[in-house]
Amino acid sequence: MSQVFDIDFGNHRKGRVVGIDLGTTNSLVAFLDLTGPKIIPGADGGLLVPSIVSYAEDGGVTAGNAARRLLINQPDRTVYSVKRLMGKGASDVKDELKFFPFRIAEGSESVIRLQLGAKAMTPPEISAQVLAELKRNAEAYLGEPVTQAVITVPAYFNDAQRQATKDAGRIAGLEVLRLVNEPTAASLAYGLDKRRNGIVAVYDLGGGTFDISILRLHDGIFEVLATNGDTHLGGDDIDNRLMHIAFEDIAAEWGEDISHSGEAVQTLRQAVIAAKERLSYVPLTRIEFDFRGKTYRREITQELFEGLIKDIVDRTLGPCRQCIADSRVSIEEIDEVVMVGGSTRIPLVRKAVEALFKAKPHTELNPDEVVALGAAVQAGILSGEVGDALLLDVTPLSLGIETMGGMVSKLIHRNSTIPASATEAFTTAVDGQRNVLIHVVQGERELVKDCRSLARFELKDIAPVPAGAARIEVRFLIDANGILNVSARDARTGKEQSVEVKPSYGLSEEQVEAMILESVEKAEDDFHERQVREARVEADAILAATEKARANEAWVDLSGEERARITAAVNQLLMVYHSEDHLLIRAKIGELNEATTALAETMMSTAVRVALKGTKV
Amino acid sequence: MFCVHCGTLQPPSADYYQFFGLKRGLALDAPELQRRFYELSRKLHPDRFTRKAAREQQYSLDATAILNDGYRALRDPLARAEYLLKQEGFDVGEQRGKDVPPELLEEVFELNMAIEELRHGGEDARGQLEEAYGRFLAMRDAIDKELDTLYRRFDDTRDRAVLQQVRSVLNRRRYVRNLVNEVEKELAPEGQPAQ
Repeated sequence: MSQVFDIDFGNHRKGRVVGIDLGTTNSLVAFLDLTGPKIIPGADGGLLVPSIVSYAEDGGVTAGNAARRLLINQPDRTVYSVKRLMGKGASDVKDELKFFPFRIAEGSESVIRLQLGAKAMTPPEISAQVLAELKRNAEAYLGEPVTQAVITVPAYFNDAQRQATKDAGRIAGLEVLRLVNEPTAASLAYGLDKRRNGIVAVYDLGGGTFDISILRLHDGIFEVLATNGDTHLGGDDIDNRLMHIAFEDIAAEWGEDISHSGEAVQTLRQAVIAAKERLSYVPLTRIEFDFRGKTYRREITQELFEGLIKDIVDRTLGPCRQCIADSRVSIEEIDEVVMVGGSTRIPLVRKAVEALFKAKPHTELNPDEVVALGAAVQAGILSGEVGDALLLDVTPLSLGIETMGGMVSKLIHRNSTIPASATEAFTTAVDGQRNVLIHVVQGERELVKDCRSLARFELKDIAPVPAGAARIEVRFLIDANGILNVSARDARTGKEQSVEVKPSYGLSEEQVEAMILESVEKAEDDFHERQVREARVEADAILAATEKARANEAWVDLSGEERARITAAVNQLLMVYHSEDHLLIRAKIGELNEATTALAETMMSTAVRVALKGTKV
Repeated sequence: MFCVHCGTLQPPSADYYQFFGLKRGLALDAPELQRRFYELSRKLHPDRFTRKAAREQQYSLDATAILNDGYRALRDPLARAEYLLKQEGFDVGEQRGKDVPPELLEEVFELNMAIEELRHGGEDARGQLEEAYGRFLAMRDAIDKELDTLYRRFDDTRDRAVLQQVRSVLNRRRYVRNLVNEVEKELAPEGQPAQ
């Protein structure tokens, strides 16, 4: 890829901008170096950081891999898939909550607050913890502070969801230079690597959201022609189908309903995800779930699986057709379809896309990484390192205002290239009226009640004049992040008119400021505390694994000396477990790890034998 | 748009023709418009100003909004004519597309009957509707040709009387477009957008 970058070395001193893919299931951070975009690994060497955050009883927070381990032990304090709740109110997510083991706190109409122990946290605050983890990884890897980022969002995210993402960045101590739509970011990575000109469709089916975008690539310009999607459709829905089957089976076999036990639900979820992932490569697999001494085994064929998820896959096709129609290109004109998001590994998804677009979808890029790579390229564009590429994106939803009788008057149509603006004149209805209220909505329907309320803008302190004499020009501007800005001026005096914004969903500016302040104050204590905490989580994991191994037949095969060595290492780790010295805890973890090597190897080969037996059809 | 002395971006002009450096007219060279759009985007887009002063960033945002709004208005022949008519002081608007042009009265009456019938399960009406759909499409194409001729005539003569004609043809065009959309909605299978 290196030859396509027109790199200006003079810009490097100004600080690096990283690109972040803040996903429903996993998140990644990437940066641009002289050879192209690269994903930054975490401390454990892994590239994917699970979008999971855990709030401990004592107030400490862990995010990423460490939090994933807590998902099973502390399911009621450990949050996953929080992206689904961004920019939402409690009434939006009623159906969703069946699958979340959390309690919604009081006062969640405009912002959801999850009750996690004594704390009530909003989705932007929880997401900020994932972002902070990525920021730390990037700082450790690059050896310099990272304060600016490009963050990707689903193309079909509305204003509130975008604002919530931006708030999350600020709370995490990141200046969000740009929100980029995920499929557009993917096209940037793809286009620079593979193709410079032509029409490209990007089909992005992730953990929780679906996007389709059609772009024209023209000598470094990436012009989005149209986009469509569903912010409530993804791999999670597929998991839930499998969960549903398992719940029913288990209720019948064990005679108990496990769907209310957070621990059981999380363990089972991991089992069905593993089975789902295997089914992309083998025609038959088994869901394997062990819980408190009971076992559940269920064979699933690819055929059965496909029947189970067909309607979910079909739900992506309507938005695809609409997107093609809106882009004003014919299917034949589309040169390539690029597949993005982990769920596009599913053969049925690939088949459906191929049938619709009459073209073989491109799957050679790693669907988990391409969005973050594109975000890093966009970061390079913003910092001036990439001179020849430019993204021209669109707004996914029409913007309108409420008029008489609850009707919507559209001001900016969907698929308009952003930044986009519209100016509308308002007047007063009664003599001496001082205020005018403007209700702004997003959506395609004709009635206000069928659209999404975005905000109410109040024009204040209008000069008192007879009814109809005032003339206030209001400018609605959607910026390059897809976020609405409103300004107003009195057309008669030319003076700026004050506007008060009341967002329908999301945090107020004051609330965000308070959260930033809190996060800065806590950052210092947090650092040490976090290291201790992470060491303990790791200790928990290895202790639990050792405990489990004692029940394995491999344990019996060990010599008495080896067993004694393991027991001693376990005791030593337990002795330092509650110390505040994370290095000491880690040292003891290392010793236990070493002591159990032989045991692990024996178990591994046994497991392989068992696994091989299991897959025989 | 850029200061000749210091090269910083200045407040943009709001006239679309001026902005694109194009001659004011109704007929327009589409590839040339696209070329200018890309060229100006490269210069003006906020992505190019992330590390500039706040004021320049604001100008960039404003300029790019006008660029995009202008591109949307000028690239579509109908929106372009509306824009120019408005600038020339003519009253144009969506509302006018709702009055039935007299020459279409009978056609619209029959169409509404057929739609009613189809909605009540009268599948015979489908053929009638499809036939009407074909007629409307032909009508639309004929109007587009008529507009094209009028556009050229105006550009050659600059005669306001031609704009008057353009305005009334535009109203007819808008009305026919609404008819086409309506019939498409009736004919399209459930939940699928009409192509």
